[in-house]
Amino acid sequence: MFTVLKAGLMTLLTDAGRFGQAKLGLTQGGPMDPFAFELANYLVGNQSDSTALEMTLGGLHLKTDLTTWVCVSGAPLNWRIDDVQQPMWQSVQVRAGQTIELDVPETGLRSYLAVAGGFAIAPSFGSTTTVLREGIGGLDGNKLKVDDQLCVGPMHATLRKQALPETAIPQYQQELVLRLIPAYQYQEFSAASRALFFTSTYEVSHQADRMGYRLQGQKVPSQTTNMLSEGIALGAVQIPADGQPIVLLNDRQTIGGYPKIGSVLSLDCAKLAQCRPGGKISFEPISMEQAHNLMLLSRSRKQNLLARLDSIHG
Amino acid sequence: MSQYPRIEAASENSLILYLGAQTGPQTAQRIASLLPLLQNGFAEHLIDLTPSYHSILIQYDCYALDHFQAMAILNAVLAMPESATKQAGKAVELPVYYSEQSGPDLAKLAKQAGLSVQDVIRLHQDAEYRVYAIGFAPGFAYLGEVDKRIAAPRLATPRKRVPKGAVAIADRQTAVYPAASPGGWNLIGLCPTPMFNPTQPPFMPVEVGDRVRFRAVDKHEYIALGGDIALLTGECN
Repeated sequence: MFTVLKAGLMTLLTDAGRFGQAKLGLTQGGPMDPFAFELANYLVGNQSDSTALEMTLGGLHLKTDLTTWVCVSGAPLNWRIDDVQQPMWQSVQVRAGQTIELDVPETGLRSYLAVAGGFAIAPSFGSTTTVLREGIGGLDGNKLKVDDQLCVGPMHATLRKQALPETAIPQYQQELVLRLIPAYQYQEFSAASRALFFTSTYEVSHQADRMGYRLQGQKVPSQTTNMLSEGIALGAVQIPADGQPIVLLNDRQTIGGYPKIGSVLSLDCAKLAQCRPGGKISFEPISMEQAHNLMLLSRSRKQNLLARLDSIHG
Repeated sequence: MSQYPRIEAASENSLILYLGAQTGPQTAQRIASLLPLLQNGFAEHLIDLTPSYHSILIQYDCYALDHFQAMAILNAVLAMPESATKQAGKAVELPVYYSEQSGPDLAKLAKQAGLSVQDVIRLHQDAEYRVYAIGFAPGFAYLGEVDKRIAAPRLATPRKRVPKGAVAIADRQTAVYPAASPGGWNLIGLCPTPMFNPTQPPFMPVEVGDRVRFRAVDKHEYIALGGDIALLTGECN
């Protein structure tokens, strides 16, 4: 069992997300940076969707009463076990009675901590992911707080030290070109509005959270008003009356009534989720075929990477 | 001019199907009838369905299906004869304790409409509503359409806390708040039926496309049906 000594700004228990419940109004949640989340799990021998912790701006301190393996990934931060500095993106052994301390990341926003066997949390609506706005998932729908106790599931028998190759560790950028699939009301935006949108650079505002990232910059005029609410996909870029784009992310509301110019590729949503207020964002249109090619390529690269880990350590 | 049904891309792994330019009982019925067919059609490749007023967002596994395969499945579902899709949308009755105590905007709403409080209560019960959408918060069902005479705009300043079970009107829609939350709708009563119960299925008494009627109950029946008596003594602003 792990006991929370310091909870950090916002530390959430999460699995891959809650799907199939949109009809009840429940959003998907899940890790904002799925690659970092999956790798943390993978490196401690878990299924990639096991329950782990997502920390926004780090700051978590834990004490453990069991000897096991953990992995920290995502936004780069200093972390220690009993005051000894530890590496990220690799499995690290922790012993009963030791204390784990994570600092605030230098760049990026979201770091992950996975434990061998995963955290043992009863799923709600098929998932353990915590959605604070709904009060569902995790421990009673809350973020972690001091004195919370986290049980751990059965560990994989043949665990050993594993590390992600240095070259495969993502660098989190504050300047991003997000690839966007024109979709939804794209045709209803004038050619001039679309041109403004694709040629402008936006800044990430302070209203940037798990629900969505509000951007600031060139206003995108929209003629569409009085829309009926409709289902919102991950990455949908909503243009409200003030013309300032909002990229809707994991904890978005399931339906909404603002016009949307398209949807950001999920791979790029994950990069945006690591970007801090003040980050510089622009958009590039891609076709559906390009989007699917990019998704398949990314999946294939990840599988190659995991196979290589196996051959190094297996 | 746009033709319906109309399909648009929504993201790398989702399509949005529009059934009409507006919503209405037929559209809601059609949406409800399509949901199980889409579930079967996309089978294990379906990730989620989000029905709403006049549309369904269909999210699929884009590693298993490409855009064109997803379109082909969707078109095949749409081509299925209507007769195979009839029996959607169940009838649900929700009890409401209407009173000025349980519905703090009832008197104001009656005054604005030039009606008696009794007329407002009667008109709210006379209509059969359709569940047009579920969203905003877990279990929040948007029901339409409210009789024009008792339609009322949202409050200029939303309340910081609307109680769980509050029955409310905004424009031509009505709803029961599934949990205490901030809200700007006009409150006309309290419903003792839980609209969202996260602990056991069915999590909601209604789903999109269902037909809902409200039935007036008195204070005793409200309490007997599990209504929260504390809400009748507390402040509601």
